[in-house]
Amino acid sequence: MTGRILLAAATLFLLAFLISPTSFAWLFEPVTRNNAPAIYTQTPLWSLTLSHLGLVALAVAASTVIALVLAILVTRPAGREFLPLARIITSVGQTFPPVAVLALAVPVMGFGAGPTLVALFLYGLLPVFENTLAGLTNQPPKITEGARGMGLTQAQRLWQVDLPLALPVILTGMRLTAVISLGTATIGSTVAARTLGEVIIAGLLSSNTAFVLQGGMVVGIIAVMIYEGFQRLERIAARRVGLT
Amino acid sequence: MRGRLDRPGLLFALIGLAALALPFVTFKPNRIVLGEGLPAFAALPFGMAITAALAVALIAGCLRWSALLRLVVAMAGVAIAAISLGVAATHLTPDGNTLARVAPASGFWLTLLAFALMLADAITRLHPPLILRWLLLTGAIVLTVLLLTSGILDGVSVMREYTARQDIFLREASAHLLLAFGSLGLALLVGLPIGVAIHQVRASRRPVLSVLNILQTIPSLALFGIMIPIFGWIAANVPGAAQAGVAGIGVFPALVALFLYSLLPVVSNTLTGLSGVNPATCEAAIGLGLTRTQVLGWVLVPLALPVLLAAIRIVLVQNIGLAVIAGLIGGGGFGAFVFQGLNQTAMDLVLLGALPTIALALVAGIALDLLVETTTRARGSHD
Repeated sequence: MTGRILLAAATLFLLAFLISPTSFAWLFEPVTRNNAPAIYTQTPLWSLTLSHLGLVALAVAASTVIALVLAILVTRPAGREFLPLARIITSVGQTFPPVAVLALAVPVMGFGAGPTLVALFLYGLLPVFENTLAGLTNQPPKITEGARGMGLTQAQRLWQVDLPLALPVILTGMRLTAVISLGTATIGSTVAARTLGEVIIAGLLSSNTAFVLQGGMVVGIIAVMIYEGFQRLERIAARRVGLT
Repeated sequence: MRGRLDRPGLLFALIGLAALALPFVTFKPNRIVLGEGLPAFAALPFGMAITAALAVALIAGCLRWSALLRLVVAMAGVAIAAISLGVAATHLTPDGNTLARVAPASGFWLTLLAFALMLADAITRLHPPLILRWLLLTGAIVLTVLLLTSGILDGVSVMREYTARQDIFLREASAHLLLAFGSLGLALLVGLPIGVAIHQVRASRRPVLSVLNILQTIPSLALFGIMIPIFGWIAANVPGAAQAGVAGIGVFPALVALFLYSLLPVVSNTLTGLSGVNPATCEAAIGLGLTRTQVLGWVLVPLALPVLLAAIRIVLVQNIGLAVIAGLIGGGGFGAFVFQGLNQTAMDLVLLGALPTIALALVAGIALDLLVETTTRARGSHD
């Protein structure tokens, strides 16, 4: 309960801060030096937040769709041959550092939002794929038997049994993807993507801690909100299929 | 049986054949300008023959052969692709020209990918025993080092960036290792006792884990940034701190930021590992007259070892990657090359930072996976 109240308070605070950042200047003034500005005003914070969220949402949506399709394909009889390979690729792929992926996308895509989007998309594929795979393959034998006994076709079984049962685990994968992307997107600002990282980097370049703090704070609160939101969805999805 | 075609093999062949048509290397008159892409057959001496050989190997991979043969073909493919890169670089660079650069292009990376996938696929099919997988990993590392030191690749742009700053590279490499392993060491030193403590005191679990969870959501860039003024303040105001080497810039802020990120996996896995031990085992140990500390050290920790190693894997792989960001705040490491390269739009320099980071993360990840499996097996045989 206290968690929910704290989260609501943090959300309200974030909204108020984004609508009128300058009213919170007193909060950041103590960490500024030599009369440096306490609030980043070069670009409105709300617009950076929106483009940051847009970038993350687009990447997460794209990686979820592709990862779902791939996971479904490799668990069908025709794609089974690819399953062991797919497992290796996901576990090895996740050791690739996101920052390195981002840096390597630059020569191919040039500067801007492009490389960030590609890095977020590629990196986001893996958690969703891994979890969907786990959700689709680790089903209790009783259910598999039951579905076969009811005479469901492959497609019916996928849509009516397998996917709903795997949904909570898929959502967990999406949560991991979203939270990682949210943090990695800030680094996108080093390759000229418009994200909240711009505020943090401006702070680093001008040794203005206030900027670093406010950029980090906005991303941090959003990350906690997304984390909690997905957890709630996972609980609802689990309850619907009677897992809890 | 289904047809004689092997579907994963078909996929690798498609990737590889597409790669052979794409530019294998980029030739640039100097390191900043955009270059001209050259496919393998144009970039290599006997280019046609080498391209044809690679194509035959890829097409042969579509047939249902023994996995062992596939393994050998895939290894040969990786080796030929890597050596060809070096040969193309020497071949294309005019004698005595120190400005021209030959950089790996999409065709090279995709060829490498196709054969690496074939290799991974062959290894999963063979399912070699643990000892052989250790040998394969060691062999791969030794061969890579031999290839890099042999001079075959010295003409390639990334290696030329390396030759131009050998000393700095070694310094940044040790800084990177210090950051990744130092923060892991600190996290184990602090995280293990916290994990044991919250295992003993049930009520403290939720608050401790929530705090660590929130810490994890702070974007890495911001956490690194916040550490700078904190350490600057400590250096200025805590007597003796500055003499001890604490400073707002340099390695300290980055080390502590990485340490903070590492705490959650260490603490939560310690808890999971300890909770996973059968209570009956502990009771039996106490029944034998062991003290609480002895039970912890002799029974609980050894039994929880695979889960602890899993935490070390997460932390190490994560920190090797995150340490790149230290380059942005003057903390050193391979990130210094990455961000310097991005600033100068010198992609060879970006590669010089990114490739070793990826290699390090890969080796750490695979080695620790093998270690987890080794300890799990060892434990299984004692049960």
